[in-house]
Amino acid sequence: MIAINNLTFAYSGQEPIFKAFNLTVDRGDAWSVIGPSGCGKSTFLYLLAGLRRLMSGAILIDGAPILRPRPRTGLVLQDHGLLPWATVRENARLGLSIWNFYGADGKHAPADKKLGADKADQRVDYWLEKLGMAALKNEYPGRLSRGQRQRTAIARTLAMEPDLLLLDEPFSALDAPTREELENLITRLNREANITCIIVTHDIEVAVVMGRKILALREGFNHEPFILENACAGIFDKRNQTAFHNQCAELRKTLGALA
Amino acid sequence: MKRRLNLSAAVIGLLMFMFCWQVLTWLIRQPIMPSPLLVLPLFFKSIFGELGLHFLASTGRVLAAIAVSVITAVPVGLGLGQSPRLDRIFAPLIAIVYPIPKIVFLPVIYILMGITDVSKVFLIALIIFFQILVVVRDEAANLQAELILSVRSLGAGRRALFRYVYFPASLPAVLTALRVSVGTAIAVLFIAEQSLTTYGLGYYIVVETYQVLRYPEMYTGIMAMSVLGLVLYFVIYSLEHRFCRYQDQNGA
Repeated sequence: MIAINNLTFAYSGQEPIFKAFNLTVDRGDAWSVIGPSGCGKSTFLYLLAGLRRLMSGAILIDGAPILRPRPRTGLVLQDHGLLPWATVRENARLGLSIWNFYGADGKHAPADKKLGADKADQRVDYWLEKLGMAALKNEYPGRLSRGQRQRTAIARTLAMEPDLLLLDEPFSALDAPTREELENLITRLNREANITCIIVTHDIEVAVVMGRKILALREGFNHEPFILENACAGIFDKRNQTAFHNQCAELRKTLGALA
Repeated sequence: MKRRLNLSAAVIGLLMFMFCWQVLTWLIRQPIMPSPLLVLPLFFKSIFGELGLHFLASTGRVLAAIAVSVITAVPVGLGLGQSPRLDRIFAPLIAIVYPIPKIVFLPVIYILMGITDVSKVFLIALIIFFQILVVVRDEAANLQAELILSVRSLGAGRRALFRYVYFPASLPAVLTALRVSVGTAIAVLFIAEQSLTTYGLGYYIVVETYQVLRYPEMYTGIMAMSVLGLVLYFVIYSLEHRFCRYQDQNGA
């Protein structure tokens, strides 16, 4: 689904983060991206999301080069990116409102999906309900807990029916039960709806729970990708088991070797 | 701003004001201080006559100035706020010009633009322009980069960003700046209307009544100008509450 060919990227005036970097992601895959802070994890997601311009090389999604945000890619950021002046429902509807604002032009919104206002409302309400936010839909983000804000941001993304979900530290600063619940939700979406998921995290346990493949990035520039196959993904109730611990230990060792 | 004004408070305030006025009338006992009991009936009679025309002329000028300044200052402010490079270039200039009382340019503007409605509106717009420019610039600059990124990832281009992010983000600040500067704007209007015009409250108060010693009529003009200031203030105030409810909630 995603083909990264010879990607090179640097922030202006700095050393490159990626240099002739290649990676292929299959449809329906679940990837974790892990590495020390400042290694370019978030940049990697922004590049996939079409929010940063590559210096050379290409990122192809479904064969099309990514030059601007792609309508069917959903991005969820750590601090949620909600509009403080809009209610939960208005926030969750934002993506669809923007689609309607442009019309189905194929550039900002998918060309094949025209969505009436009623349909959009229904879809937003469906996801708010499903994420347990229906009762709070008229509240403003300032009144919500972090977990509730993150649910709103996820509802906003899911209402757009993405086929690729990019998540940047989505569970940091959440309490453990909320984190596990959302981990569960994302894993189900990945398996049942066949949504490709790429999740960036600095947390080894999260990386092992969420990614069937784990991409380890290093500080300095990344040329060869270090990929770990992970059989423990999606095992929520076995966090205490040996296999899970061994996987975490191996990942820790890999990261140590890269540093 | 946190203390909300309600109707009963407004009525009580008005009655206290009238009472103080009446006490002054009793104390001063000169034609320059007529009783509100004389001025009020006169006001309500003449506001539907000639005074009303003066009132409309002044209102029109203030509204035109507000419109011109908002339409020009908001885009410039957004541009500066979004581009740190442009902002660095222009910030020193704005910092110098911002605190200058623009009324001192009155003669210059009159000579360059003529003593017309255009020059009067321009002078008032100039005052409001800088107030709005500065707050819109700061609001746009303070928006979190992550917020912009995540809205862009939803497909928003420049136009949608303006509609869904920059405009609603700067609206509260624009309204606050307007509410604060409306008093200055009307004060400047009062001065600007004293020269070469036929309608306008400034002209009515100074030329048509004060200079010919029609003191009670002069007070009706003063009342009309006060009403203009009050109404504008509270219209903007209620717009702030209507559009910025989330701030009350967040502050709670």
